[in-house]
Amino acid sequence: MFGFFSSLDCSLDIFFVEALLNGVLLAGLLALLALGLNLVFGVIDVVWICYAELVMIGMYAIFFFVQTVGLPLPLAFLLAIGLVAIAGLLLHYLVIRPVLDQPPINQLLVTGGLLFLLQAAATMAFGIEFRNLGLRLGSMNIGDMSFSWSRIITFAVAIAAVVALWQFLTRTYIGTAIRAISQDRQIMPLMGVDQKKVYLATSAIGGGLAGLAACLMVLQYDIYPQIGLQFGPLTFMICVLGGLGNMVGGFVAAFIIAQFITIGGSCVATEWGYAVAFLFFMLVIFVRPQGLFGAKS
Amino acid sequence: MLDLKGVDAGYGAFQALFGISMRVNAGEAVAVIGANGAGKTTLMRVISGMLPASSGTMTMEGSDLRTTPPHKVVELGIAHVPESRRLFPRLSVEDNLRLGAYIPSARAHFAERLDYVYGLFPRLKERRGQFAGTMSGGEQQMCAIARALMSKPKLVLLDEPSMGLAPVIVQQVFDLVRRIRTEGYTVLIVEQNVSQVLKVADRAYLLEVGRIVQSGSSAELAASDEIRKAYMGI
Ligand SMILES: Nc1ncnc2c1ncn2[C@@H]1O[C@H](COP(=O)(O)OP(=O)(O)OP(=O)(O)O)[C@@H](O)[C@H]1O
Ligand SMILES: [Mg+2]
Repeated sequence: MFGFFSSLDCSLDIFFVEALLNGVLLAGLLALLALGLNLVFGVIDVVWICYAELVMIGMYAIFFFVQTVGLPLPLAFLLAIGLVAIAGLLLHYLVIRPVLDQPPINQLLVTGGLLFLLQAAATMAFGIEFRNLGLRLGSMNIGDMSFSWSRIITFAVAIAAVVALWQFLTRTYIGTAIRAISQDRQIMPLMGVDQKKVYLATSAIGGGLAGLAACLMVLQYDIYPQIGLQFGPLTFMICVLGGLGNMVGGFVAAFIIAQFITIGGSCVATEWGYAVAFLFFMLVIFVRPQGLFGAKS
Repeated sequence: MLDLKGVDAGYGAFQALFGISMRVNAGEAVAVIGANGAGKTTLMRVISGMLPASSGTMTMEGSDLRTTPPHKVVELGIAHVPESRRLFPRLSVEDNLRLGAYIPSARAHFAERLDYVYGLFPRLKERRGQFAGTMSGGEQQMCAIARALMSKPKLVLLDEPSMGLAPVIVQQVFDLVRRIRTEGYTVLIVEQNVSQVLKVADRAYLLEVGRIVQSGSSAELAASDEIRKAYMGI
């Protein structure tokens, strides 16, 4: 048994600890991605299948602002967040709103259709080449372990964003309405809440979170039109594992899945990390269809 | 204060209310009584804008309710405590109250209103951090009424506040309604507990299959043989 693991280079050594900690760092980004999707689903009851493509738009926007327009990076980041927030708003107003009362499969197909549209548009505009900003942030070394600064920064910012969103949801009136709306949509008007406005605000925040994720992802990943295929399914899996619409569940699930990816990846090969994570997901879903933290419906 | 003339309403092709004309004057407590399915809840929904009227006129202190968007009705001073309470079960008591104060005019006085309703219902203050759905039926009714009072309404619509509660608690709920009256709110209350509600209300309307068939002072209605037989089991 032990021999098997050591043959897979997965003994309890320094590399294992490094993988574990890298998993924690990765979890921050995944938690941020899952949060946006969960927020939108929890409020509007529609899954944005094209969520990762919003992130892709944000990444290209940053690339464009920096490389073509020549803006400083922080300004490019702010503009990208604003741009993707507006994209979220438009997505709701133009695409979701007309199918709000239609069967889930229709909603799935319109946002899924948008996914291909956005990928095609990105390919037309920027080509299929892998792009990056050429940033080199280096890494921090602790003993024999090495952690890239881009991952550390990503983790810190993602966690800060999660905390900030939580404050917003618990401390403000509109945040309270956002938490309430899925519990009883019909009586929201009796509270004086305009449901349409809550939907728009949620979509803008969901978009803004995708924009923020884009800022963090350009620090470590290349930009290409299909990057959504790498992160989209992963994000959905985390959301479903945590119980779709359950923001706390999604947060915890991100940490679990990230461990499968990094430890699985360091034991065998990176591709295996994803496979092991999905395998775990399938097993959980067989036993608990509502996800780890979802309520039985 | 509230004035309805010839109001019709229904659900799709089904008409539930026929030519309802009624008024509620400032300071009054008015009851709407009637059997199951008479249309009492529908009437409350129409007044608070949850369900559009299909014809007739409806005004609150002169403002046209039929052209007011549903989420703006509460800003005209109408707070609706819906049938079966409809609290947000997985929000704390205080978050429920916060939503009651969602309109801009109420937000400005949130702390003050919160003190006020906690003064009226000290039990809610003890339970303020608890999920509303985990409270007892009586406590939930208190919370639903408190949530409505957070908006500082002029008119409170109460839809069967005693529904599903044990007899002892029902008594407390009617005491509560009296309390709200003395606090100066105008009340429109729907009840199946006819003998009790006629003791609280000044006037009452009797609704039968979507039509008002009788109205008058509570004393008159309580003395009516028909009502005593059909609704009070005497
Ligand atoms: N959402 C709805 N869709 C279709 N019909 C409805 C709906 N709600 C109520 N109705 C119908 O409208 C009529 C009046 O219902 P309403 O709920 O107003 O009665 P009620 O007087 O409040 O009865 P109860 O005392 O049981 O609460 C009933 O015939 C009912 O079946
Ligand atoms: Mg009713």
